[in-house]
Amino acid sequence: MRKVSSWGRLNAHPHHVMHLNSPVQAEQIIHDTPTTGIPYGMGRSYGDVCLNPQGTLWMTTGLDHFIAFDHNSGRLVCEAGVLLKDIQRLVIPKGWILPVTPGTQLITVGGAIANDVHGKNHHIHGSFGDHIKQLSIIRTNGEVIECGPEDNPDWFAATVGGLGLTGVITKAEIQLSPVSSPWIDSETIPYTNLDEFFELSDSSEADWDHSVSWVDCISGGGRGLFIRGKHTPKSDKLEPKTSQLTMPITPPFSLVNKLSLRAFNMAYYHLKKCRSTRELIHYEPFFYPLDNLHEWNRMYGPKGFFQYQCVVPRQYGQDAIQSMLKEISASGNGSFLAVLKTFGDRQPLGMLSFPQPGVTLALDFPNKGKDTENLFSRLDAIVTEANGRLYPAKDARMPRELFEAGYPRLSEFIKYRDLGISSSLSRRLIGS
Amino acid sequence: MQDRKRIAIIGATSAIAEHCARLWLLKEPSDLILVGRNSKRMERVATDLYIRSQESNIQIIEQPDFSAPDAISFTVEELFKKKPIDIVLIAHGSLPEQHVCQDDLHTCRAALDINGVSPVLFAEAFAKNMEKANHGTIALISSVAGDRGRQSNYVYGAAKGLVSRYTQGLQHRLASSNVNILLIKPGPTDTPMTSHLKADGASLASSELVAENIVNAVASRKKCVYTPSKWFYIMLIIRHIPSFIFNKIRI
Ligand SMILES: Cc1cc2nc3c(=O)[nH]c(=O)nc-3n(C[C@H](O)[C@H](O)[C@H](O)COP(=O)(O)OP(=O)(O)OC[C@H]3O[C@@H](n4cnc5c(N)ncnc54)[C@H](O)[C@@H]3O)c2cc1C
Ligand SMILES: NC(=O)c1ccc[n+]([C@@H]2O[C@H](COP(=O)([O-])OP(=O)(O)OC[C@H]3O[C@@H](n4cnc5c(N)ncnc54)[C@H](OP(=O)(O)O)[C@@H]3O)[C@@H](O)[C@H]2O)c1
Repeated sequence: MRKVSSWGRLNAHPHHVMHLNSPVQAEQIIHDTPTTGIPYGMGRSYGDVCLNPQGTLWMTTGLDHFIAFDHNSGRLVCEAGVLLKDIQRLVIPKGWILPVTPGTQLITVGGAIANDVHGKNHHIHGSFGDHIKQLSIIRTNGEVIECGPEDNPDWFAATVGGLGLTGVITKAEIQLSPVSSPWIDSETIPYTNLDEFFELSDSSEADWDHSVSWVDCISGGGRGLFIRGKHTPKSDKLEPKTSQLTMPITPPFSLVNKLSLRAFNMAYYHLKKCRSTRELIHYEPFFYPLDNLHEWNRMYGPKGFFQYQCVVPRQYGQDAIQSMLKEISASGNGSFLAVLKTFGDRQPLGMLSFPQPGVTLALDFPNKGKDTENLFSRLDAIVTEANGRLYPAKDARMPRELFEAGYPRLSEFIKYRDLGISSSLSRRLIGS
Repeated sequence: MQDRKRIAIIGATSAIAEHCARLWLLKEPSDLILVGRNSKRMERVATDLYIRSQESNIQIIEQPDFSAPDAISFTVEELFKKKPIDIVLIAHGSLPEQHVCQDDLHTCRAALDINGVSPVLFAEAFAKNMEKANHGTIALISSVAGDRGRQSNYVYGAAKGLVSRYTQGLQHRLASSNVNILLIKPGPTDTPMTSHLKADGASLASSELVAENIVNAVASRKKCVYTPSKWFYIMLIIRHIPSFIFNKIRI
């Protein structure tokens, strides 16, 4: 038995750990596992979606082989434990890029599919699952199921965003997007309130590939920094900046300490004076500002931390976000900065996929026990009122009613579950 | 234009060896020869490497019996008939359970063969050809376990000790030649070989890091490398603990 935790480090319970080292051996192991199991990729989920205390974890990072890559069409086939980082480093020099990438590249393809992760470009490219053409899953009864948007589409819709509960994904075929260089033309613009944020978001949709913003949770007023970027060939007009200079505008939002506040304020006032900055930035610091800060999640100490991420439909979005920011600011409990971004007008592919049209807010909370739980209840009330939902990849505590209300396709999903697979999240939210 | 490197890997499905191969191909396209006992498993490795470096040539040689002297010399002679090999990494090995080796002499024998005798046979075959060409590097993976016999794994340790002592002699023999012999001593590393240790909570070095140290040691023509490097100091101490104390500790 080994003690394993997820990114939030809220607990470290003993698990039976089994390493999947090849697709062939994986079939055997999954079939022979005596307890329930759940796949575990890089454990970059914050809560308990990848945990199964006293049960088995199937570690997938040994499934790290590429299987095929067609330079002309941009189709990549790989095993499910391959890291997004390895894909980006392989394909970007060849003119291709992952169409969707979350804020860290230290995650596996399997984890990206099972949580149907999103990036800063939902308005253009949707979520990770939208680019999967085919995948294979192994079930605990030994069955192997191939599925894709055209092939067994029901199994596909259950598995994309399926939280690992339909079977262990062993390989996937991904359609990459063409890209002209590793450089991103990026602009950072300060905003003073949510009206300005929504204006900036809407007006950026047409011409910018990516957009995201950091919002200040202390003031409660909704001021922040809006960052947008587009892929661009390296040009003379824009000079790449050193990472040191780009630091203030990619604030390490999760550092719940005075440093991050100071960095934010510095950037904010500096930018306020000159309205905005424009620079050419490499894709790694643009997409993954925190990946070089090793184990920053330890910063929150032994009790760990929560991330709270919700999405609310646009029509209630602004009011809901405003009320949440007020609650957080009044509680004095959150991190200084939160991530605020809009999702485009696209229906989610997976039965349990998180992204839906609207606006999403994500922020970190150190685990302060009852205080934190009380604040979450108040935030839950706002989300429920606004017909929103919470992101299971980040969750360790949402009430079952909120999950059921947020994910109306749950009853449809249940049919595709593999009952040999269970996580502490599935027991908490689905009952088994 | 300089000739491409020709690199052979014996035990090519080893996780440590595979990461070495990834690093070598990342540096420059090369001709890579994978030798192992099972071509299906090697195909998975070869396909992956080929995608990572499409300008490289990757060949698979299936060698069902790693202890057969004739088959080993045949494989190696054939390789050199085409063109001399620049680097060979001899990586195969298997970690038996010590108590099974004690109870069952067949297991004991097999462990000594695959970890001790077999690498020596391969190395001899390469040494003969490299000495003739007066060119090349032979890198052998031994283990820190070969530095001092311990109750928990001394059969495996003895076989690794054999490789270490053999390497010492080979280095002596080829000292005045242009052929370099590198002895590699990894500490516990995260690979399929140690999955069961990891499951019990052991802390292991990453195979990427170990591979990086190996590739660097080959490039700088080192004679011996402990990887991660802290194992040099740890084993220095372990080797020097007097036996009246050593025999009281259970490691
Ligand atoms: C710094 C940081 C930034 C982030 N930014 C974003 C973001 O911008 N957008 C976003 O959407 N998410 C974001 N995340 C969350 C992260 O992308 C997801 O939690 C992702 O799913 C983690 O992948 P993983 O490989 O670590 O999987 P794990 O966390 O180990 O597992 C996640 C889920 O996938 C399942 N799973 C893993 N492998 C397989 C498999 N082979 N087959 C079937 N199921 C499998 C697990 O069972 C579990 O349900 C961020 C996380 C961090 C730490
Ligand atoms: N991992 C560690 O902690 C550690 C520490 C010190 C030294 N080492 C040494 O490092 C080397 C590489 O090991 P690894 O950790 O990378 O382990 P690994 O991934 O398990 O690889 C073991 C390799 O040995 C091959 N092999 C095993 N038995 C064989 C046999 N009877 N005939 C032919 N080939 C056989 C395997 O081939 P198949 O794929 O066909 O099974 C595989 O290629 C080994 O010499 C090992 O002793 C490892």
